[in-house]
Amino acid sequence: MRNVAVIGVGMTKFGELWDYSLRQIFTMAAIEALEDAGCSNRDIEAFYVGNMSAGLFIGQEHLGALLADNAGLKNIPAMRVEGACASGGLALREAYLTIKAGEYDLVMVGGIEKMSDSPCTEDVTTTLGAAADQEWETFVGLTFPGAYALIAKAHMERYGTTKEQLAMVAVKNHKNGKNNPKAQFRREITIEQVLASGIVADPLSLLDCSPISDGGAAVILASEDMAKKFSDTPVWILGSGQASDTLALHDREDLTSLKATRLAAEKAYTAANMGPKDVNFAEVHDCFTIAEIVATEDLGFFHPGGGGKAVEEGLTEVDGKIPINPSGGLKAKGHPVGATGVAQVVSVVEQLRGEAHKRQVNRAETALTHNVGGSGATAVVHIFSR
Amino acid sequence: MAHLESVPMFWRRMKSLYSLIGVECLNCGKKYFPPRLICPECGGKEMKDYRFKGTGKVVSYSIIDVPPKGLKYQTPYGLAIVELDEGVRVTGQLVGCNLGEIKAGMRVETTFRKIIAVNKNGVIQYGYKFRPEGYPRINNGEKK
Repeated sequence: MRNVAVIGVGMTKFGELWDYSLRQIFTMAAIEALEDAGCSNRDIEAFYVGNMSAGLFIGQEHLGALLADNAGLKNIPAMRVEGACASGGLALREAYLTIKAGEYDLVMVGGIEKMSDSPCTEDVTTTLGAAADQEWETFVGLTFPGAYALIAKAHMERYGTTKEQLAMVAVKNHKNGKNNPKAQFRREITIEQVLASGIVADPLSLLDCSPISDGGAAVILASEDMAKKFSDTPVWILGSGQASDTLALHDREDLTSLKATRLAAEKAYTAANMGPKDVNFAEVHDCFTIAEIVATEDLGFFHPGGGGKAVEEGLTEVDGKIPINPSGGLKAKGHPVGATGVAQVVSVVEQLRGEAHKRQVNRAETALTHNVGGSGATAVVHIFSR
Repeated sequence: MAHLESVPMFWRRMKSLYSLIGVECLNCGKKYFPPRLICPECGGKEMKDYRFKGTGKVVSYSIIDVPPKGLKYQTPYGLAIVELDEGVRVTGQLVGCNLGEIKAGMRVETTFRKIIAVNKNGVIQYGYKFRPEGYPRINNGEKK
């Protein structure tokens, strides 16, 4: 099997991009990735794009061909990959597997979501609810924040995790986002502000939740030969793991942990011949503050129930023992759902190249990305090194 | 959102939403709600209908303040994952008690309620919600 590298990355600013359409946003990211890789649109052999719900958000399906056309990737195989908020991570993995298997040498991976064209928050809530079980969860009143609220309550009940500790995740990620020019939120917030920000789904307040965002990201993957031809600073994908679980949260054995994350991480660690201690920093799926705490436990950085305390002790700060979400994470960088898994790779590559400026992690040699779909029905983990 | 107004989509689930009908695997005896065609545990494909009693306890809960479409008039509402006494878990709204009284471990039973009425022309969709076990039935005088 062949080695695979990331040789080019691009992403738009995340936020409410009223002036740009889905296709424009993606194309801007794609152009940036092509320029970064130093290759031309005609060099790309195949295209995978992660997108959760353009159909419900803007009434547009068939994104593979649409975006390949707009990005000038004439006539190549192009397809959309969907796994709710994990769509981007899954697209990356599909592209990685095709290069590894020897089918292609140069592939573009995209991630895109245009959420702000939805008329109101209720519509966005309903669309995101489609990531849960429409017939047996959403129908009876479960919302997406509601699912993570159920996880949070269970975690608080079992381990004594506090609302303050949840708030600290948001505070830390906003602090990091402040140093990321592409982040949706570039201002610091306080614990008090998080706690007073209004309940969305008890115990989660507005500032415990990632925002509604528009944004696009693109990366160019290459086989080893091609990587050496185009790049002096390839970032290698050492391991990739993916797992699924029941779509309905209530069917899971344990509400305080995502089994799909644990299984995906195990596969990625094994492939990379590494363990949690060998990872220098991670971009994890903090769609809600509780999700980051649970992720850091499931990925093996802290013991089960230790995630809340770890945030409180500053272990996950940019200069902490294991920096988590130095980009600002989904919370502050923004969460255009289908783009997130690819944007995580952009952030990791900038760090591993030493180009993350004010948010640069010291000794960044290895990194992990963790992308989740739904309330944990899909998880995908990748491990990188420079 | 077309799916919320689809009559057949609701109609297919009516038996389970009204009477809590799930299935029991004839090979290994494991019970499921809603019904499944194949048992993920043993691979058994012979299932028979099983009617859950509807009593159980709250495993985890939340109070929803920002609702999806069609539920605005009910907010804030209690929502819980309930473990039925047969060991199967389901999600449902909690009614018949003050939101502040909800806690993990509390005993609940199903009650037949209106779930959603999306718009004037849509069907009113009914199904199960949960209320505290032994909820006072004031109208028929069975229980005070």
